[in-house]
Amino acid sequence: MRTDFVLREVTTGLRRNVTMTAAMVLTTAISLLMVGTGLLAVKTIDATESLYSDRLEVRVALTQDVSVADSDCSQPICSGLLAVLENSPLVAGVEYENQEQAYQRFQELFAGQSVADLARPQSLPATLRVKLVEQNGSTEAGASAVKQAMEGQVGVRTVIDQRDVVAKLFDFLGGVRNVTFALALVQAIAALLLISNTVQVSAYTRRTEVGVMRLVGATRWYTQLPFLVEAVLTGVAGAVLAGVGLVVGKVAFIDSLLAGIAQNGVIPPVTLVDVLAVSAYLVPIGAVIAGVTGYVTLRLYVKV
Amino acid sequence: MIRLERVTKMYKTSTRPALDRVSVEVDKGEFVFLIGPSGSGKSTFLRLLLREDVPTRGNIFVTDLNVAKIPRRKVPRLRQRIGCVFQDFRLLSNKTVGENVAFALEVIGKSPTTVRKVVPEVLELVGLDGKADRMPHELSGGEQQRVAIARAFVNRPLLLLADEPTGNLDPDTSQDIMLLLERINRTGTTVLMATHDHSIVDSMRRRVVELDLGRVVRDEAHAVYGVGR
Ligand SMILES: Nc1ncnc2c1ncn2[C@@H]1O[C@H](COP(=O)(O)OP(=O)(O)OP(=O)(O)O)[C@@H](O)[C@H]1O
Ligand SMILES: [Mg+2]
Repeated sequence: MRTDFVLREVTTGLRRNVTMTAAMVLTTAISLLMVGTGLLAVKTIDATESLYSDRLEVRVALTQDVSVADSDCSQPICSGLLAVLENSPLVAGVEYENQEQAYQRFQELFAGQSVADLARPQSLPATLRVKLVEQNGSTEAGASAVKQAMEGQVGVRTVIDQRDVVAKLFDFLGGVRNVTFALALVQAIAALLLISNTVQVSAYTRRTEVGVMRLVGATRWYTQLPFLVEAVLTGVAGAVLAGVGLVVGKVAFIDSLLAGIAQNGVIPPVTLVDVLAVSAYLVPIGAVIAGVTGYVTLRLYVKV
Repeated sequence: MIRLERVTKMYKTSTRPALDRVSVEVDKGEFVFLIGPSGSGKSTFLRLLLREDVPTRGNIFVTDLNVAKIPRRKVPRLRQRIGCVFQDFRLLSNKTVGENVAFALEVIGKSPTTVRKVVPEVLELVGLDGKADRMPHELSGGEQQRVAIARAFVNRPLLLLADEPTGNLDPDTSQDIMLLLERINRTGTTVLMATHDHSIVDSMRRRVVELDLGRVVRDEAHAVYGVGR
């Protein structure tokens, strides 16, 4: 195989059709940018989920009379409930929060807002804060066990599963991810068609060369490789451009957008390392997709 | 060198066969004219030898290769043994004379050293020494056909196929091209040439295979084009 020959053919091919090459690179870049965004969204969602699953607890709120009467969970009703919880293998730990502590936390949470002034310690319930054991990466089983054991018991007002509250947030993030991937898919189809079309046009403009090659007995490798290399190079160029786009997007947009919540630990930050890692994935993805598309196109549409 | 055994070619879109039970044998080193009226099947004959197409029935042998039966991946091997020239030259207009000839070697993987050595030799053989750096459009028709012949011959094929190589040339230039083909034939290369040109066939006095409506109607050594045709 004469690499100098293939490279020369590729450069003339790419130069012959600069506008087409540019369009192909850009379309590929945009679709890969979306794939990259989708991957980053997935990564962030996963990290957020594990961040929360560590913190999330089930809260067993006690009735008013128990809350008022018991400040350290020493009396029969509360200590009975506590014992039941602590004996469960699905429970990692239980903490008692009395009315005074609940009031403190409430004040911190709503500092500077008028509700903070309205609340009285007596109006807040004491709670048993239950940390759950993970089973197969989920606290599902523990949460339902606690609910089952606590709901309807004497002294229990309500059982609040925090995961129910956060589920909505995850639904939303999951939706964002799905939309990103759907857009990426549509864009990818456009990129595929464009690559396929470019290969066809490229083969057409080079039909005399290819004809001569076939005639003098060049193997399929020689006749097809320039087209494939061309397609793969544009795929790689698109991927690199997409990587640059992701980094720019992170610095210029995501960082300021997420700065507040990421600092507060609400969701984990998107780090530069993450972005670079995803960008690195995009290169082989771009190369393989472009190469396969080019190959299939040559097989189906072009006699080379 | 070439053997056709009752070769029939039916094109899908046509009702009569382009070649009809054609049996022809050509020995190594022969010079053969393939003549006949337009549509008689001359180009089809050559295309089948090159495996541009496959026969509907019959066998075709080029050296030891059964042309119709070889798998696709071995087709290049067949074509590397055959040189071809056409009426329309088929040169690459964006490459120089030298590059056009070199191209035929590069695409079959010959080393740069070989290319540098062989290309000037063949250009000299066809009488184009000193014109290696010209572009095709800076050459006359006859010179362009010489480039095409150089390209066809540069890999020293055993067989040279020519489909009306003088079809676009005036009589004098045609005569020069014939002298060149004759010289190539003298190196031991078998030459098979399809043509309409009476005067060329008559002056060369070589073997003539005549086709009509896809059939071989005459196969004669040292022949002329024929009276009344
Ligand atoms: N690709 C094709 N599809 C269908 N029919 C074809 C095809 N090529 C040739 N034919 C038919 O086959 C017959 C022989 O054609 P061919 O080109 O071999 O003739 P020819 O002797 O080379 O003619 P000419 O002297 O005009 O070049 C003609 O009737 C032609 O119409
Ligand atoms: Mg013809």
